[in-house]
Amino acid sequence: MRAAGKILVSAYALAIYGFIFLPVVVLVLFSLQASSFPIPPFTGPSLRWYEVVLSDRRLMSALFNSVAVALLSSALAVALGFLAAWGFARHHLPRSGLMRGLITLPLTVSYLIIGMGLLIVFNWAGVPKSLIAAGIGHVVINLPLCFAIIYSQMGDHQVTLERAARDLGASEWKVLFLVSVPVLWPAIFASFFLAMTFSWDEFVIAFLLTRFDTTLPVEIWNLLRSGLNPRTNAIGSLVFGVSIVLALLLELVFFRRSR
Amino acid sequence: MSESQSGRLLPWALVTPALLWTLVFFIIPFVAMFVLSFMQHEDGRATFENYRQFFDNPSYWRALVNSLQVTLTVTAISVLLAYPFAWILAEIVPVRYQRLALMLAVLPFWTSYVVRSYSWLLVLAQNGVVNQALTGSGIVDDPLQIANTRGATIIGFVHFFVMLLTLTIFANLKQLSPSYRRAAADLGAGPVRVFLHVILPLTLPGIMVGAFLTFVLAIGDYITPQILGGNNELLMPQLIMMQIGRRGDFPLASALAIILMVVVTIAYIICSRWLKIERT
Repeated sequence: MRAAGKILVSAYALAIYGFIFLPVVVLVLFSLQASSFPIPPFTGPSLRWYEVVLSDRRLMSALFNSVAVALLSSALAVALGFLAAWGFARHHLPRSGLMRGLITLPLTVSYLIIGMGLLIVFNWAGVPKSLIAAGIGHVVINLPLCFAIIYSQMGDHQVTLERAARDLGASEWKVLFLVSVPVLWPAIFASFFLAMTFSWDEFVIAFLLTRFDTTLPVEIWNLLRSGLNPRTNAIGSLVFGVSIVLALLLELVFFRRSR
Repeated sequence: MSESQSGRLLPWALVTPALLWTLVFFIIPFVAMFVLSFMQHEDGRATFENYRQFFDNPSYWRALVNSLQVTLTVTAISVLLAYPFAWILAEIVPVRYQRLALMLAVLPFWTSYVVRSYSWLLVLAQNGVVNQALTGSGIVDDPLQIANTRGATIIGFVHFFVMLLTLTIFANLKQLSPSYRRAAADLGAGPVRVFLHVILPLTLPGIMVGAFLTFVLAIGDYITPQILGGNNELLMPQLIMMQIGRRGDFPLASALAIILMVVVTIAYIICSRWLKIERT
């Protein structure tokens, strides 16, 4: 009975792992396909499609755009989120709860609706579709996240440090940049990388708000029109690799330290 | 400026940029969308026409019904699959390997959304891996039509949400103190009764949170149904995107988006009520 239970448990866990990994394994395996269709039988391994993808100027400029949008929008989201978190945690402001609620409100709305709202307003204001417009959208989705993470990490032990610095004659801005920022570094770092991964993967806002110069997920979407294609496998595997590196950095730097 | 004045202004200087950003790029667009949903597409006059169209046109209705059916199915299947898996990770796997096991279980979570759906297309296509395995082994004679059906959409969604729910349920199970279980066992409850009467009720609020998150994220998603389900039957986000893309009908798209938000709000009210009853 016990042995049967053990087998059942192992079989179930393996089945779920298999289900979770099946698409990723198929994606990466057939990115190494030598022939022109990413379907069985496997004819590789070959790096042919990686060469094609890496020399594709459209894809590479989309990749560069994605990195730029992710870096800049995340930096802005973290900066705005940090300042607000510091303001709310260290000062008594009237209607603080309401204002904090307002900043975190975009978390409850789907990206499609955020993107559509921005598209309507930008159309009306005559702002053209561009990477900057998409970046603005990415700050909207990541600001609440950065704010919530950093705000939750602001404890009382930091107040003591800040008071000590103030007693020793530091100005408010010095306290902010020489004491609070270094102390809260893990939370700042974590929210920055989380925002990076969200911006890097985000599709629908970038799809609605960019036109010619666009981000990588949108360019991959355009590739999908040609059906199953090993080029899509290769660029998809590369994107997956970058996301894994970001996730591992997050895990190693932040979650290890917080334990 | 005097010392006390700058002291009073400083906190506002800190929180204003974030508030302004949210106001200009989130609140105003949302209000604009809301106003637009009451305007005529052709001439911009005030009208209820967009909402009336939704209730009059059965194909629009159908999109909402499809969305609800798919989302509820996905939520139920994902919870049923993820719960035992999270339980195995939290209770059976030795503690020192748990973190690794969990990390592995959510690794594909980090693939981009578009790429993940495309990967399932590779697996489920007419001549994809699954069909070739089925026909090759003689289980079926002709390849099954899985891609471009509702089934494919559900599989793609379940894949994502099993990972998400495994994370939340795992965290929930780890928070349970082992003394509850020991107490129940000492009082003579067998493993099944311990599970049904102690562990399950204590983890139910966590499950509800995860299920609600699944519902909200799935019902607003455009990519998975568009890539995997195709255009044979439309879900709400596909219908909304179609109004924007093909017809440029922003008022109707806005009205549909508002209707979708109302549905999510109703789901939230139902869930939160249910949660409160469970807690008392």
